[in-house]
Amino acid sequence: MQHSPARKRAAPFWRDERFLQALGQGLFLLAVVGVALFILNNMRAGLQKQGMTLGLSFLSGIAGFDIAELPIAYSRSSTYWQAYTVGLLNTLIVSGIGILFSTILGVILGVARLSKNFLINRLAALYLELIRNMSLLVFLIFWYQGLCLKLPKIKEAIVWFDSIYWTNRGIGIPWGIPTASYPTFQLILLSGIFLALIVFFSLRTYANRTGRAPLTLLWSALAFLVVAALGWLILPVKPLEFSIPFPDGLKISGGKILTPEFMALTSGLTLYTAAFIGEVVRAGILSVSHGQVEAARALGLNGFQTLRLVVLPQALRVIVPPLTSQYLNLTKNSSLAVAIGYPDLFYVSGTIINQSGRAVEMIGIVMLTYLTFSLVTSLFMNWYNAKIKLVER
Amino acid sequence: MQNSETILPPITERSGPLRWLRHNLFNTWGDALLTVASASLIYWLVKSLLIWAISTAEWDVIVANLRLFLIGQFPLEQVGRLWIALAFLVFLTGNSLAIWDRNSRLAAILILGLPVFLLFLPFAPQTRVWLGVLAATGILGWGLGYTAPQSLKRGVAVGWLIALPVFVLLTHGFTPAVEDVPGTALTVVPTNLWGGLLLTFLLTVVANIFSFPLGLLLALGRRSELSIIRWFSIGYIELVRGVPLITILFMAQLMLPLFVPGGIDIDRVLRAMVGMTLFSAAYLAENVRGGLQAIPKGQFEAAYALGLSGAKTMYFIILPQALRLIIPILVGQFISMFKDTALVAIVGLFDLLGIARTVLSQPEFIGLHREVYAFVSLFYWGLSYAMSYISQRLETSLGLGVR
Repeated sequence: MQHSPARKRAAPFWRDERFLQALGQGLFLLAVVGVALFILNNMRAGLQKQGMTLGLSFLSGIAGFDIAELPIAYSRSSTYWQAYTVGLLNTLIVSGIGILFSTILGVILGVARLSKNFLINRLAALYLELIRNMSLLVFLIFWYQGLCLKLPKIKEAIVWFDSIYWTNRGIGIPWGIPTASYPTFQLILLSGIFLALIVFFSLRTYANRTGRAPLTLLWSALAFLVVAALGWLILPVKPLEFSIPFPDGLKISGGKILTPEFMALTSGLTLYTAAFIGEVVRAGILSVSHGQVEAARALGLNGFQTLRLVVLPQALRVIVPPLTSQYLNLTKNSSLAVAIGYPDLFYVSGTIINQSGRAVEMIGIVMLTYLTFSLVTSLFMNWYNAKIKLVER
Repeated sequence: MQNSETILPPITERSGPLRWLRHNLFNTWGDALLTVASASLIYWLVKSLLIWAISTAEWDVIVANLRLFLIGQFPLEQVGRLWIALAFLVFLTGNSLAIWDRNSRLAAILILGLPVFLLFLPFAPQTRVWLGVLAATGILGWGLGYTAPQSLKRGVAVGWLIALPVFVLLTHGFTPAVEDVPGTALTVVPTNLWGGLLLTFLLTVVANIFSFPLGLLLALGRRSELSIIRWFSIGYIELVRGVPLITILFMAQLMLPLFVPGGIDIDRVLRAMVGMTLFSAAYLAENVRGGLQAIPKGQFEAAYALGLSGAKTMYFIILPQALRLIIPILVGQFISMFKDTALVAIVGLFDLLGIARTVLSQPEFIGLHREVYAFVSLFYWGLSYAMSYISQRLETSLGLGVR
């Protein structure tokens, strides 16, 4: 034999893979840290030239500007921190309403897209094509300036049922004004929610124990509604007093005025996101094979039971993850409010930057806020995916 | 045995317009109701839209400002440079279509139909001459490619590689502008004069091209076994994907100047380009990662068994397959970046949307929001739709995205 017996000889360290990997990582880390330090240093020098230092203490300073839409008490003399909170709440309100309505419209679109009715099917397809190739920002601005601001003046307002006023200064709708007994009513509602939760969980335990499938959500909602109705009837003073808008010279009084900015943003985002949700819903429904429906019918389930017990649970498995990311998209897209002047998180933060000159800190805070949204969303998604994961053989 | 004459033919559905109507529109009572409702909705929409577009709308604002919409404030005496740059692209397009998609009708439509269509629009005589030049270069490129496809392949590839630098250089120019001296043919045109479709186009192309290598590296980094590199990539991708584009653009406008040493001034357009590139890279990385995950493990193992190193496996075996798989997704991302460039108008650039705002601030065109924004929407919509349509056609004819 010419070969010497296999000898374990350690490779020289410069050819050892582990060493090379560690070296590469070390150099990479060094480079990243170096660039970060370089940037930080430049930033500090630049800020020093402007006579500023980094810090968050400015947040307790007086804001000194007005905000058009206020979900909570706020005035010029409030702090930057309160202004930021107003913006955050406005973003949450717009996103919440947008999510609610775009889901409804999206489900309708998704189902319409699968309809056997030719006209309905084509109409939904046309809508999807129209929206999906549109630039959202251009669409929103068109929607705001081309439609919402072009509604008639208050004198020539379009009136529906004597109670809804469409004008270029906003849309007046009937609204409940809280009275003295409203706080008590809120407590009653809270106990209603509590009762609904009890009903929900006990019914679910019952379902798990017996294998029956009671209409859990329906009964819980019913429990809540019963408590709410009882509270409404029992209280001596009605907790809400309905106020109907009416034209009052150059403005509309009474009721609730939805500003053109708010209407444009929520309806624009809803119309846009609904198209994408429609596609998600369609894909979800198509993902349940027809054999499942046939099998369910063969077992004697009726149409509603088939939908509730067989089709929906399987379709939701496909629908929910992309749906959540559409919700997140809607929330992030609501930052385009800045283009039409609705005071959301981003718009208010922009004003704070102009007012205080604290660009670095405010951009950091805004980014952190949006990151928190997406973190919460992905936590939910992980939880949901783990919950519905197929139990495979 | 049964007599064959007694066997009835299978029941077939007779077809005909009436039967079709009954089947597709009036199947049940509810169906009929929906049909009537949606038909009246369509009738009302189309009617009001037509009445508006034909009689109410004042389209003069578009005709008068067409040049602004296309190239912004770009000086009139330098426009020839843009036409030459465009002609270069058209030549390359004609050439490539002839080489790689020889027998498609698409090429004929693009090269012959488009210029003829544009000639019918109300352009100035000078513009029409240039359009003629474009058509001629397109046909010339197509003809050359058709006659000698093999020998030109390499040249065309090089041409596409240098296309962006050539375009940017011709747009920007070389010789610095001096006051009171009439500029030469290649005097610098500062970027604040770039605008309209020109700026939108440049932003889209630059962001997509530069984000590609960055996104590729991030995708590889995210799948790397080296923990520091992997966590850096994950952090970057999730950070950027978690925030809206507008915050990145704001950061680029406000903070980028702070990041570099004092005295260095970064151009506003360049800042937007950097912002868009950094944003696009994160999304691209996720798309590439999707492609990488779709490659079966056997491919890696086979490559290792052949003795290829990790880098070589990636470069020769995995990436070509993964990228080929995700070409349709990459086109989708290109289109969505094109739509997103409109956001630079918020940070004060004069892209298509920004120009629309300046046009609306002209005193003689105040209040024509509907006309202007309808035109801009149509522009974005039409271009996005055309891009997705053409890419679908090319995908099927080239068999892309299919393994």
